[in-house]
Amino acid sequence: MSKLTSHIQIKNLDVYYGKSQALKNISIEIPRNQITVIMGPSGCGKTTLLKSMNRFLELNDQTRITGTVLVDGEDIYARDADVTEVRKTVGLLAQRPFPLPMSIYDNVAHGMHIHQMKSGRKKYDEAVEHYLKLAGLWDEVKDRLHEPAASLSIGQQQRLCLARGLAVEPEIILGDEPTSALDPISSQHIEKILLGLKNDYTIVIVSHILRQARRLADYVLFMYLGELIEAGPAHQVFEEPKMEQTRGYLSGQF
Amino acid sequence: MGMKKKWRKRHIIETLFKGIMFLSSSVVVFCLGYILWTIIIKGLPALSWEMISQVPQGGYYLGKEGGILNAIIGSLYLATGGTLLALLISLPIALYMETYMGTSRWGNLVRLALDVLWGIPSIVYGAFGFTIMLAIGMRASLLGGIIVLALLEIPIMVRAMDEVIRQMPKDLEQAALAIGSTKLEVALHVVIRQMLPGIVSAVLLAFGRGIGDAASVLFTAGYTDRIPTSLMSPTASLPLAIFFQLSTPFPEVQQRAYAAALVLTIIVLVISLGSRWLSSRLEKFVIK
Repeated sequence: MSKLTSHIQIKNLDVYYGKSQALKNISIEIPRNQITVIMGPSGCGKTTLLKSMNRFLELNDQTRITGTVLVDGEDIYARDADVTEVRKTVGLLAQRPFPLPMSIYDNVAHGMHIHQMKSGRKKYDEAVEHYLKLAGLWDEVKDRLHEPAASLSIGQQQRLCLARGLAVEPEIILGDEPTSALDPISSQHIEKILLGLKNDYTIVIVSHILRQARRLADYVLFMYLGELIEAGPAHQVFEEPKMEQTRGYLSGQF
Repeated sequence: MGMKKKWRKRHIIETLFKGIMFLSSSVVVFCLGYILWTIIIKGLPALSWEMISQVPQGGYYLGKEGGILNAIIGSLYLATGGTLLALLISLPIALYMETYMGTSRWGNLVRLALDVLWGIPSIVYGAFGFTIMLAIGMRASLLGGIIVLALLEIPIMVRAMDEVIRQMPKDLEQAALAIGSTKLEVALHVVIRQMLPGIVSAVLLAFGRGIGDAASVLFTAGYTDRIPTSLMSPTASLPLAIFFQLSTPFPEVQQRAYAAALVLTIIVLVISLGSRWLSSRLEKFVIK
C-alpha cells in the first residue's frame, strides 16, 4: 500500500454547537500510517475535528453535524453504520487518562470481551501481555496485573489506556492532547510509543505544543477559528508555511 | 507591630462559634453512647442463650420460658427479602436515571417522586400495603411484609445511589464508549463497578431502615410465635417484639424487650461494620 493513500476523508464538514458554528466547511484527507498533528490556538476546533472521526460529537445533544466522514471509503455517519464498530475501528486516547474501575488486566481485556474477540483464558492472557508490551507498560505491571488500575501513576494510566484502546484492534488512533496531563518523562514515553506504532496504525493527534508537533508530525493540519487554514507534509508546513495565519502561529504570535 | 494574639471581638466570636459547633456534634455522640448504655445495662442481664435460641413458650409474655428466635429469624427474613427486592427495583431506576435520563424533565419528575416517597411515614406504607392485601384477599404474611419493606426502602436506596452516580466522572463513561461499548455495557460494566462501594452503603442504609421499622410490618407481616415456614406465613419481627414486651406490666418481660433491642442493635452493627469493610476494599478500584 502506498504511503500516500488517504485513510480518512472528510468532505464539507460543518459542526454546530447550538447556534455557534465550531467547524466551517472542512474538507481534508488524512494519510494512512502516518502521524497527523492538528494544531491551532485554543478554541479553533481542533478537538471538534478530532471527535468528528469517532462520532464522539453526538454525545452532546446540542451538536448538529453535516457533511461526510469516510474511513476506508465507508461513511461513518451513514444510517446503517454501527457506532460501536466505528469506535472500535477508530480508537481514542483522551486528554486525561481514565482507566476503567477494574484491575489492570481487566482494563485491557474488557474491550476484547465486549466485542467477543477472544475465547479462553490463555488467549486473553496472551493478548493482555501483547498489548501491555505494545504500550510499554508490561515490565512495570506484570507482577500486579490484578491490582486496581487506579493504583497506577498517571503516566502509567495513560499507557494502560493506550493498551486498552489497542486491544480492540483499531486501525486509527486519535489522541486528544494525550500528553497534556502528564509529566515530561511520561510524555516522552507516550511520544516514543506513538512513533513506534505509526507503521501499523494511522495516528491523528491534537496538540497545542509546537515542539511536540515538530517531533511527531509527518503531516500537519493548521486550524484557526473553525476553519482549516493549511494542510501538508510536516516539513513543508513548518519550513515554508503558505498562509499568513500559519506563519503567525508558528512564530508565536497567537 | 506584634505577632502576639490579641483578644479582639472576631477572635471571641470564632471561639464562641467553635464551642457551639463542638457542643452540637457532641450531642450526636452522646446520644449514641447513651442509647447503647441503656440497652446494654437493661438488656444484657436478660440476654441468654435461651433468649436467642428458642421461640416463645406458653406464658412467655407473662415471664415464663422461651425466647425471641421467632422475631430474630422473622426480622432477618423480612429485611433481607425487602432489601433484595428493593435492590432489584432500585438499581435499574438509578442506572436509567444516570445513563439515559440525566436531568431531563422525566428524570427530575422521578427524583421528585422519590423524595416525596422518602418523606412518607412508614405507617402509611403499612396501611397502604394492608389495604391492597385486603383487596386481593392476602393475609398478613412474610411476603406482604417483604413487599411493603421494599416499597419503604426503594426511595432511600435510589436516592443514595443517585448521589453516588452523580459523582461519576463523565470522562469515565466516554473512556468506555471510546472502545465501542454500548450504553448498556457502560452501565453494567463500568458504572456499576465505579458505584459498587456506594451501592453497598445504599443497601446498608436501606437494610437498617427496613430491619428497624415496626409500623410497616405491623399489619402486613403480622406477628406470631412461630418461625415462618413459607412466604405466606405470618412473621414476627424484632421491633414488634420489643413493642409487645415493653407494653406488658411485668418487669422481667420489659427487661427482655431491652435484650431484644440489644440483639437488633448488634445485627445492625455487624452489618454496618461488615459493609464498611467491604466498601473500603471495593473503594480501591474506584477511579477518582
